[in-house]
Amino acid sequence: MAPKDGTPSGGGSDSRFFNTNKKGEMHELRMELHSTDRNIKVDAVKKVIASMTVGKDVSMLFTDVLNCAQTANIELKKLVYLYLINYAKSQPELTLLAVNTFVKDASDPNPLIRALAVRTMGCIRVDRITEYLCEPLGRALRDEDPYVRKTAAVCVAKLYDIAPELVRERGFIETLHDLISDSNPSVVANGVAALSEISETSGRDVMKISASVLQKLLAALNECTEWGQVFILDSLAKYTPADAREAEGIIERVTPRLQHANSAVVMSAVKVILSYMDVMGGGAHADSIRALTRKLAPPLVTLLNSEPEIQYVALRNINLIVQKRPNILENEIKVFFCKYNDPIYVKMEKLEIIIKLVSEKNIDQVLLELKEYATEVDVDFVRKSVSAIGRCAVKLDRAAERCIGVLLELIQTKVNYVVQESVIVIKDIFRRYPNRYESIIATLCDNLDTLDEPQAKAAMIWIIGEYAERIDNADELLDAFLETFEEEDPAVQLQLLTATVKCFLKNPEETQDMVQRVLDLATEESDNPDLRDRGFIYWRLLSTDPEAAKLVVLGDKPVIEDDTFRLEPNLLNVLVGQIATLSSIYHKPPEAFVVRAKRGATGSDGMGVGDLGDDIEEGDEEEYEDDNDVNRGGGGDDLLDIGGLSMNDNAASSNYGNLGLEPDMFGAPTPSVAEPEARMSKVCAPEKSGGIELWAGFRQVQGAVKLELDVRNISSNVPVSTLAIQLNKNSFGLSPAAQQIMCNPPIPVGGSGRHSVELVVNPAMLVQAPAGQPASPQIQVAIKNMTTGLVFYFAVNFAFEVLFSPDGALERATFIESWKSIDDKKELYGTVSDLPPASTDIDQVAAKFKAHHIFLIARRPVPNAEGQEVAYFSMRTTTGMVFMAELTFKKGVNAAKVCLKTEQIAYGVQAKVALETLLRS
Amino acid sequence: MVASAILITDLTGKPLISRNYRGDIPLSSAAEKFASYLLEAEEEAKKPVFYVDGNGEFGALKRGEEGSEECGGVPGGETFVYVQVSHGLWGWALRSLLFSTLGLALSEHMLIAAAPLSCVSMQHNNLYLCGVTCKNSNVALILTYLYQLTALFQDYFTTLNEESIRDNFVIIYELLDETMDHGLPQSLDSTILRQFITQEGNRMADDSKSKPPVALTNAVSWRAEGIKHKKNEIFLDVVEKLNLLVAANGTVLHSEINGAVKMKSFLSGMPELKLGLNDKLMFEATGRSNQARSGKSVELEDIKFHQCVRLARFENDRTISFIPPDGEFDLMTYRLDTHVKPLIWVEAVVEPHRGSRIEYMIKTRSQFKSRSVANNVEISIPVPPDVDSPSFKSSVGNVTYLPDKDCVVWTIKQFHGGREYLMRAHFGLPSISREEADGKDRSGGMDTSWKKPIGVKFEIPYFTVSGIQVRYLKIIERSGYQALPWVRYITANGDYQLRMA
Repeated sequence: MAPKDGTPSGGGSDSRFFNTNKKGEMHELRMELHSTDRNIKVDAVKKVIASMTVGKDVSMLFTDVLNCAQTANIELKKLVYLYLINYAKSQPELTLLAVNTFVKDASDPNPLIRALAVRTMGCIRVDRITEYLCEPLGRALRDEDPYVRKTAAVCVAKLYDIAPELVRERGFIETLHDLISDSNPSVVANGVAALSEISETSGRDVMKISASVLQKLLAALNECTEWGQVFILDSLAKYTPADAREAEGIIERVTPRLQHANSAVVMSAVKVILSYMDVMGGGAHADSIRALTRKLAPPLVTLLNSEPEIQYVALRNINLIVQKRPNILENEIKVFFCKYNDPIYVKMEKLEIIIKLVSEKNIDQVLLELKEYATEVDVDFVRKSVSAIGRCAVKLDRAAERCIGVLLELIQTKVNYVVQESVIVIKDIFRRYPNRYESIIATLCDNLDTLDEPQAKAAMIWIIGEYAERIDNADELLDAFLETFEEEDPAVQLQLLTATVKCFLKNPEETQDMVQRVLDLATEESDNPDLRDRGFIYWRLLSTDPEAAKLVVLGDKPVIEDDTFRLEPNLLNVLVGQIATLSSIYHKPPEAFVVRAKRGATGSDGMGVGDLGDDIEEGDEEEYEDDNDVNRGGGGDDLLDIGGLSMNDNAASSNYGNLGLEPDMFGAPTPSVAEPEARMSKVCAPEKSGGIELWAGFRQVQGAVKLELDVRNISSNVPVSTLAIQLNKNSFGLSPAAQQIMCNPPIPVGGSGRHSVELVVNPAMLVQAPAGQPASPQIQVAIKNMTTGLVFYFAVNFAFEVLFSPDGALERATFIESWKSIDDKKELYGTVSDLPPASTDIDQVAAKFKAHHIFLIARRPVPNAEGQEVAYFSMRTTTGMVFMAELTFKKGVNAAKVCLKTEQIAYGVQAKVALETLLRS
Repeated sequence: MVASAILITDLTGKPLISRNYRGDIPLSSAAEKFASYLLEAEEEAKKPVFYVDGNGEFGALKRGEEGSEECGGVPGGETFVYVQVSHGLWGWALRSLLFSTLGLALSEHMLIAAAPLSCVSMQHNNLYLCGVTCKNSNVALILTYLYQLTALFQDYFTTLNEESIRDNFVIIYELLDETMDHGLPQSLDSTILRQFITQEGNRMADDSKSKPPVALTNAVSWRAEGIKHKKNEIFLDVVEKLNLLVAANGTVLHSEINGAVKMKSFLSGMPELKLGLNDKLMFEATGRSNQARSGKSVELEDIKFHQCVRLARFENDRTISFIPPDGEFDLMTYRLDTHVKPLIWVEAVVEPHRGSRIEYMIKTRSQFKSRSVANNVEISIPVPPDVDSPSFKSSVGNVTYLPDKDCVVWTIKQFHGGREYLMRAHFGLPSISREEADGKDRSGGMDTSWKKPIGVKFEIPYFTVSGIQVRYLKIIERSGYQALPWVRYITANGDYQLRMA
């Protein structure tokens, strides 16, 4: 296939503006790609790949590069395939041209090429290529060469990501199960990996470990590569043994893996063993558990001799392990002592574990260590060490005094941050052991001047208030703080307020003025609602019943607990089952940071929506959410109930933040001639929406954007009468002007009706595309059937041309000026092929475009290129974005080149798609 | 399950080369996030694994210890933030509903735009290697993969740095393609990969004939078939490294031996090897407990084997049997947590005279048998950064002052067992110390430059601290050739630190 033309706007005097060096370079590359000399060809492809590597857009060479795929040279083939993987998504049409090569390569006599073809095909995430993939994949799964089989196994997982239904239809999951019995251990390992992947994606257990599968996995464990061992161990960890005996049997087979040189294998083995130990329980198996406990310690300790990053992972996991089974490492505390040259992230984690392992047996040694750390250079580490001393005191009653001794020694160093951190932890010690160590208050008071951090100040003020009766000049001290009350951090202000009130209750005579002043400051001068409220409460308490105030303010406080084993047991168990994974690093369940279901934005043609729905296991999402996280949603509670999306209730709906605003800033343009119809597409199948089928499309009517909805009642027994509609935030800021759709008369079963919903642009509904990413064309819509109360969702791609306003024609001069001023990097290229005859004639195209408010600026033949002509168009959206396009046509060729320039680069793709779609229609 | 993409970037996080394996993350924005993490996160708070929520905030590692801000991570940015910020309230409402009632895949679309992701990275020379994932991946697997990948690249390009990446991008793409598929690590054995991924790649004529090496998928994935050597030899080095941490008061806080049996194999065919050590547990397992008790055996605490060793067999009867790879490899590593007398003892007496001078008196003693010799002993003593006019006096060896490392290095070429040597060092100090000159007395009067511990480097040949011995190495090959095993022992310093008083 030869390139259709040269550079569209090359040469010519007035087109100099449009000419760039880049195009020249591309032209040269294109020539080289078509060279007959293999070396030049290879070099050219390498150049293309090099450009791709540094981030240049070389997608316009797609067909030229693709041409090179038909070669016996593996290296060249690999490069071309690499290019394909990169640009397939932006050129889905052209990628189809590669299918032939793939299919041919997939039956090449050379297994390397067969595997390469299958592997690459799977990486091209274009929906339409999948149907061609199935045949070769089916063959590859039964290939005689294990290298091809193991590659094919992974490819099934890739296919599942794009087209799960195809995988199911073709029975590939069963084939993967067959691969578990394969004679080759690598094939088994990849089969297992693919099945685990699919399980994770679909949320169903497609792995289904049975007794025979289990034996095969355990056998393969001894033979496959280190990676394969990890795959197998990870899937074993998800399996729950039937009984204690089975658990013990598997553990026995897994234990030798603790001796593997690869840390990942060791950690996965530890995960399996720890998870299964729970199944073994105690009782009859107490001895085996004890033996296992002994066996686990050495490999865990050895992990600390690996690379720092792996040490970090190991330490985060050991943190969990010592919570789960403290006795495994109880005698190993010394290995967690920090070395001077440990990276800081390793030191911090070691400290955590030291605190967890500290006991009365080793506290003296630990205190010596911590004291040593407290004199190191790194401030964060020093602070954490000081705080660790306090936590030891809180944890070990009998060692508390020694800990306080060390803290006092450290305070004597007068190092600013050491003193502050000491004060903070001493407050905790006071709270843990009330009325025991108050003798040291005097020392603390000597260091008041050093305190400049809010937390330390707050802690100190708390101490003064709490022990006001033992401090002779408590009121003076507080008074000193009060002078700067207004500048203090809220935390300090709150403590000051409370401490002063405490002081007043203990010694009313001398502090009356002071308390009055604080209450005034808190209630009248402050903007902080927390402070104000607390001030008012105290005020009222003090003025109504001082005795009651005493009971409340000076009442006994709950003693704080040793918090070193603080993960909640259920969560801990979940995390132990996740050893070595991110979850174990973050100490969060996977649901907290993984978006489970996944699918590229490619699934916009409707097939993607909801087809996995029924399979997804539910319920586990909410389990571990703690209140903090939920509340960050900002008053999210009432929004949880979408059922409350009642149309008559304006108060509720204004929560969505889009109704109150008038879109008048985007003034309504004058009506124009023949208004184009909307292109409708089916967006919602009846089975998902209670028997209603929906078709949707967009059009512009007298300057207003309309969402056209075809409602077809397929099987809903209740006639459809009132629907409520809501749009998710989208790239265009569109939201419905009214949320109610009235079907009058109601649509009975078998009937249908068209409704148009006016959409207005509302900046509050605008989602900015992430930097460097094109804006998503997708608009997500929720519909509630008010009669049945059923809510359902669909997504539809916006037709960008609907936003073009009738005043989009630019002055010729302005056009040239703008075109020049836009950097070439912001150009978008594309080729539209298979055009209908009407779209190859510029006059007809211009007429059609005009109806869509895309205006012809200029046209001229391309010099030195027979039969070629370029036309320039401009368009402007109602929101003021300007796009300029250059279309190149050639006589007798039913294709056109599109080149688009805009400053609104994020929306450039949308504008280009709009042009292409219009050309094609 | 594992990595969505692999990035190789320079130290600022600018990607040099990358491969997006799964297409489930936007690679360019992931790279941007990685770069901005390197830029924004404070040096102390940087971690090899971090999380970016949908809003581009870094976080997640906060465990929210109450009261105290945990060491790292920007607050916020955990859990559900991606829903909250990037999709607005509506997204939140929808998502909650979806998961509670329908579990619709619609949520995919809503969240894909800014799906949260995690980066797992390691540094090598002037490069970062980074795995990016949006799932709950196996971090240990990603890290070990990255480490093996660097080893592989080093094997191909000898040095791995920014320049060699730029020079070899084609082969790197090829290796990235071959070593990982869909984010799952595949074979990373350089000897095997070299058979079909070659540097030059110009062997066009033969290309169509090249086949994947059998070893790529075989149970023995580390050794190619049909290897031939003229002379069948195998070299065994038992290397023990002593890790030591001594407190300022002279007590040994922590001592351990990290041993390795390194092999260099030049054997033809598919040889079966069996290695016998004086392993106490093996003696016990085979009923020779009298030998075990005689003191001539050692108890190895944790042994790690190269993937070629049959682990199940070892678990059974402690036999170390294997088919070795060709060339160099570490057959096994072991660790012993015994209390070892510091082989080289160092004591330092420091007399600082603020504003004028500082004096050191260093005493070192070798605490091993007199017939052994420690070679190339290097004792490095940290000194304050602002010292000048050094002068040294020592009974043996050379002393040099390294201003760029703020330390003095005392080198003794040969240090016989049971000896003791002295060294004195004298420095001038400026009348105003650096901190005072800066006007910020950050350390509050404590001179922290002393806190660096004394380090010692040494090598003692023909000696192992643990007493481990190779009893035999049996080599059996079908062709029945005779092969010679050569064994050497050496003890060296590992992480050897003595804190200064």
